[in-house]
Amino acid sequence: MGLESHLGDNILTTTLNTMVNWARKSALWPMPFGLACCAIEMMAVVAPRYDLARFGAEVFRFSPRQSDLMIVAGTLTYKMAPVARRIYDQMPEPKWVIAMGACAVSGGVFNTYSVVQGLDQVMPVDVYLPGCPPRPEALIHAIMEIQKKIEKESFISKTTADTAKS
Amino acid sequence: MDNEAIATLIKTNFPDAIIGSGVFRNELTIIIKKEFITDIAKFLKEHQELDFNFLSDLCGVDRVEMDGVFEVVYHLYSIYKNHRLRLKVPIPSNEPHISTVTGVWKTANWHEREAYDMFGIKFNNHPDLRKILMPDDFEGHPLRKSYPIDGRQPVTLRGIYRKDVDEA
Amino acid sequence: MTAISNTTTTHLMTINMGPQHPSTHGVLRLLLELDGEMIVKAEPHIGFLHRGVEKLAEYKTYHQCIPLTDRLDYVAPFSNNLAYALTVEKLLGIEIPERAQHIRVILCELTRISSHLLWLATHALDLGAMTVFFYCFRERETIYDIFEMVSGARMNLSYIRVGGVSRDLPGGFLEKTRKFVAEFPSRLNEYETLLTNNIIWKKRTVGVGVISAEDAIDYGLSGPSLRGSGVNWDIRKAEPYSSYDKYHFAVPLGKNGDVYDRYYVRIEEMRQSNSIVHQALNVLPKGDFIARIPNITLPPKEDVETKMESLIHHFKLITDGIQPPKGEVYSSIEAPKGELGFYIVSDGSSHPYRLKIRPPSFVNLEALPKMVEGRLLPDVVAVIGSLDIVLGEIDR
Repeated sequence: MGLESHLGDNILTTTLNTMVNWARKSALWPMPFGLACCAIEMMAVVAPRYDLARFGAEVFRFSPRQSDLMIVAGTLTYKMAPVARRIYDQMPEPKWVIAMGACAVSGGVFNTYSVVQGLDQVMPVDVYLPGCPPRPEALIHAIMEIQKKIEKESFISKTTADTAKS
Repeated sequence: MDNEAIATLIKTNFPDAIIGSGVFRNELTIIIKKEFITDIAKFLKEHQELDFNFLSDLCGVDRVEMDGVFEVVYHLYSIYKNHRLRLKVPIPSNEPHISTVTGVWKTANWHEREAYDMFGIKFNNHPDLRKILMPDDFEGHPLRKSYPIDGRQPVTLRGIYRKDVDEA
Repeated sequence: MTAISNTTTTHLMTINMGPQHPSTHGVLRLLLELDGEMIVKAEPHIGFLHRGVEKLAEYKTYHQCIPLTDRLDYVAPFSNNLAYALTVEKLLGIEIPERAQHIRVILCELTRISSHLLWLATHALDLGAMTVFFYCFRERETIYDIFEMVSGARMNLSYIRVGGVSRDLPGGFLEKTRKFVAEFPSRLNEYETLLTNNIIWKKRTVGVGVISAEDAIDYGLSGPSLRGSGVNWDIRKAEPYSSYDKYHFAVPLGKNGDVYDRYYVRIEEMRQSNSIVHQALNVLPKGDFIARIPNITLPPKEDVETKMESLIHHFKLITDGIQPPKGEVYSSIEAPKGELGFYIVSDGSSHPYRLKIRPPSFVNLEALPKMVEGRLLPDVVAVIGSLDIVLGEIDR
């Protein structure tokens, strides 16, 4: 831990909290976990028309160790689920997860023997984004929701609170 | 070559192997005995007039409910002669074995692995008969009619379930 | 990537590439055995996106299968719709109105362009040319706008119905498409200035991933991957469907069967597709957009709202579905990636007894080890890109 462990929960926290949250939400580094159709719309989001750079989150990092927002875009199968979980575990705290598309949310149309019926069976999810596939605008909306969520968080208790939840 | 000529040519060369044949929607289907599959496959590929150099597709069909057999279906095409043929081979469901055609068309390799994975049809002398689509520890063959469509096997997740879901 | 040194005596190293890797185009996993930087053995592992579409289709009516086909090759959903619809139509033995056939051709070729654009964008990005990605996505957005006009969805159209298409082309479609068709050749030239004679691009692609014509046929390659090796086989020419025989277009061929040739074939194909769309817009006949056959296609919506018989007919078709005759058919089309075939076994009920998909990417990927073994590690990325695989249809 960096600065926060030295400061502890003292009177500076309120303003520092705001500042850290502002920094975190304005420079999200997504880890694009593209699985299926939704990955194509996820690519459209970084392309010129939708230009995710306007929201400070355009630096897609394919290495989980350099990112803090996991966008799971597409159908999660039982064969892929252990991989997804491993990548989630490799991401450093604090981290957030978007379940993009009907399949990641609930299995979608694929109620079959090989599909995990919802990403939340294997990792905690912050924003559920329905649609088959969701439009790029919807993904931008989901990222804005993540930003709103970050704003409300207390960075000191983020780690412990999240562990307790999951 | 037209369908009739192809059918006659195969019938004259392998009179014992043919179980039946038919044309539906202008597609020729020939049903053969499983012992002859490699010989016929070689013949179809090497015969100059037939020249079936392209194996379009190979798949299994579960006809246990209808006829008590599995079927292996070969879709053949000749790129230079531009004609198609469907070969069907019924194999008993209690002992689903058949010879591989990987020696004739290399592309058969993955198709046969898929048929093995999905139906449990064993291809004798296949160079690398393993599961291809399902996880290694998946039990059963999902495309068989007896396998339930929602027959999920959480065991293949190897204990990565979230705790609260596990307990619920 | 994790690297594990195998033994000290052989100096072979096993590298696990994927399933989460930027350049495997989805959830492909490659197990590579390396001697230094040279590949001794490559083994693709697939199935990470196996969704059980073939099983699911056995529980759906013939119409309900259409949205499932969208999600196979999700880069070219319209081609999948078309291949499936043609197979069911063959099974039923019905004829499609001319207008519907030409509408299908227009959208099919636009889909081919958009699929090839995505391929070009990612392939170039993998090899380090980022500008191409942004350029290609600019044109893709225009095509998506056209798709959205037609069907209401950007990606997974489900616009085709058995017997035709779901509704007529909307107003403004012709103008918008004409504008795109007029502009597109100059855009293609733009990409070509960036790549075709670029020395870096050539060094990465010429002579890489070579496969001979005989091997390509033996491995069952199809589409641009086969034509890159110089085999002149295009299903649009060999077994014309959907009135493709009425159009003039060339089938671009490569010579050496390397990554560069496959690149060039696809670039030329986009030009040809653009010309087909141009021709189709000019000859688009008037008439109905769907065959009106009782028990197969739905009656017009106005009739359903006003006439009792049509309402009953509509209700019966929705609840019971189409009931084709007993039999089995296989039909295939030239999808952007190769021969996309559907094999349907019908037992006379309203659900397919067996639906087998013959995905081109599945077969094309099988030849990957043949192309990369003995080459260097960075070539793998170039070869995967040149095969233009989509895991949705490989795993189904």
